[in-house]
Amino acid sequence: MIVARRKPAPPLLAAATGRRTVLVAGCKGCVAVCGVGGEREVRLLAAQLELAAKRLGQKRTVLRATVARQCDPGFLSSFDSLMEQAEACFSLGCGVGVQYMAERYPAKPVFPAVDTVFAGGSPAAGLWEERCRMCGECVLGETGGICPVSRCAKGLLNGPCGGSVNELCEIGHNQPCAWNLIYERLAGQGRLEGLTVITPPKDWSRAGAGVRSVVREDLMP
Amino acid sequence: MTTPSNLQRVLEQGHFAVTAEIGPPKGASGETVRRHAALLRDCTDAQNVTDNQSAVVHMCSLAAAVHVLQAGGEPVFQLTTRDRNRLALQSDLLGAASLGIRNVLCLTGDHQKFGNHPQARGVFDLDSVQLVGLARRLCEGRFLNGDEVKPPPELFVGAVENPFAGPLPLRVLRLGKKIAAGARFIQTQAVYDIELFARFMAAVREQGWDKEVSILAGVVPPKSAGALRYISKVPGMVVPDKLIRRMKGAADQAREGKRFAVELIRHLRTIKGVRGVHIMAIRWEEAVPEIVTEAGLLPRPHADKY
Ligand code: SF4
Ligand code: SF4
Repeated sequence: MIVARRKPAPPLLAAATGRRTVLVAGCKGCVAVCGVGGEREVRLLAAQLELAAKRLGQKRTVLRATVARQCDPGFLSSFDSLMEQAEACFSLGCGVGVQYMAERYPAKPVFPAVDTVFAGGSPAAGLWEERCRMCGECVLGETGGICPVSRCAKGLLNGPCGGSVNELCEIGHNQPCAWNLIYERLAGQGRLEGLTVITPPKDWSRAGAGVRSVVREDLMP
Repeated sequence: MTTPSNLQRVLEQGHFAVTAEIGPPKGASGETVRRHAALLRDCTDAQNVTDNQSAVVHMCSLAAAVHVLQAGGEPVFQLTTRDRNRLALQSDLLGAASLGIRNVLCLTGDHQKFGNHPQARGVFDLDSVQLVGLARRLCEGRFLNGDEVKPPPELFVGAVENPFAGPLPLRVLRLGKKIAAGARFIQTQAVYDIELFARFMAAVREQGWDKEVSILAGVVPPKSAGALRYISKVPGMVVPDKLIRRMKGAADQAREGKRFAVELIRHLRTIKGVRGVHIMAIRWEEAVPEIVTEAGLLPRPHADKY
């Protein structure tokens, strides 16, 4: 899933200054699961925005709504009437949700209330870890199911750099060296000979800038 | 492939090679590089210029290599993939060759997090194995995309290996990849733990790779016990406590550091498959002539200059 982090309050409150009616838009998808963008967080941000106005002796109406998925235009119509009243929107969706909101309501500013960070998972309560950088050319089959593009700090494809210490990555944070994990996984499967194969330079155009799209004609109307 | 590299000639004629490292300055004058090159040119076979070492901005290694040339030295141009994508790497290699540079050392580079611009975006478009392959391909007359290179550069291509970053079988395997990709010489991380290094060399010999590639063992003379303690904290370095104690106990620590380097070189020469030493006297280039002299490595073989 997409993992995001709440932005700190001050820039959001600053963006709301002087706006009398704003919408806080949540999403029940990934951002709700990772605890930054669901109904509870909508309530919290709305309260912060109301309180900030009150402190300045101003009046502010904070509208709130949460949809199943902001990254799906089909769900956005339920914001329409609220956005008619609102001068601006604070979206707790991921970067995709924010963009779809901005596209649907081009006359009004939409501010992201979260920083979209990575595609990952939650191996333990309160912990989220990146597992995929969506490089467009998956190598997991050769690397024992461990992703060197996202888990090696340098994204190396041909084995470890010279900096690992005690099987930990040189950049610290007590993270294992991805290549050590790959080595152990492949050794366990008796597939070490795979590590002697030189992986050619990656086709980063598939990870590319510009819009990537996936087309499935069988699913089209 | 033979190249006009003096270092290659020295190695192929079976001499025990000596290379040393020169750190480019953090400023816009090439004077110290030229001074260090002049100091080192007669007691070493080639001089490495580092490429934004430790991810700290310095004068570019290409320019520094030209200063070494101007001072009568033979540069080993260090090139990292941290700061350049495949376009920049290829154009730098062509430019280097056009200026008379004959040796290139291909590295990944320390992570930008350790440097003085930790906010930088690391490039890492290629890894060091892929860079070795790219350099070889250029010398064989092809760009990475298959287009012809006219004329191709003539470069003696090298890489690095860290025998101490563990696990050993993985290090050996990776060295094999660098050789297969086209590395002709290998300069290793600084050796302090000679037992561990000997074990690495045994594993290399077992594969027969000592015959395919020239391995130059890294030597970093410690200037003081404090400096050595600092080195021991660098990622991927192994420094025995005993050595730190020995340095601390010495009346003249700098003298003791040089003495250690001389002993180490003598020891390294006895390890089968070690074809030379690479002395990295970080900001202490002045120590190198004395170390080389005392280790009995002078005069350097006279290979014709061009
Ligand atoms: S190799 Fe690419 S697609 Fe596969 S997990 Fe890693 S980043 Fe994602
Ligand atoms: S230590 Fe391992 S994970 Fe970290 S950058 Fe080097 S190879 Fe990648």
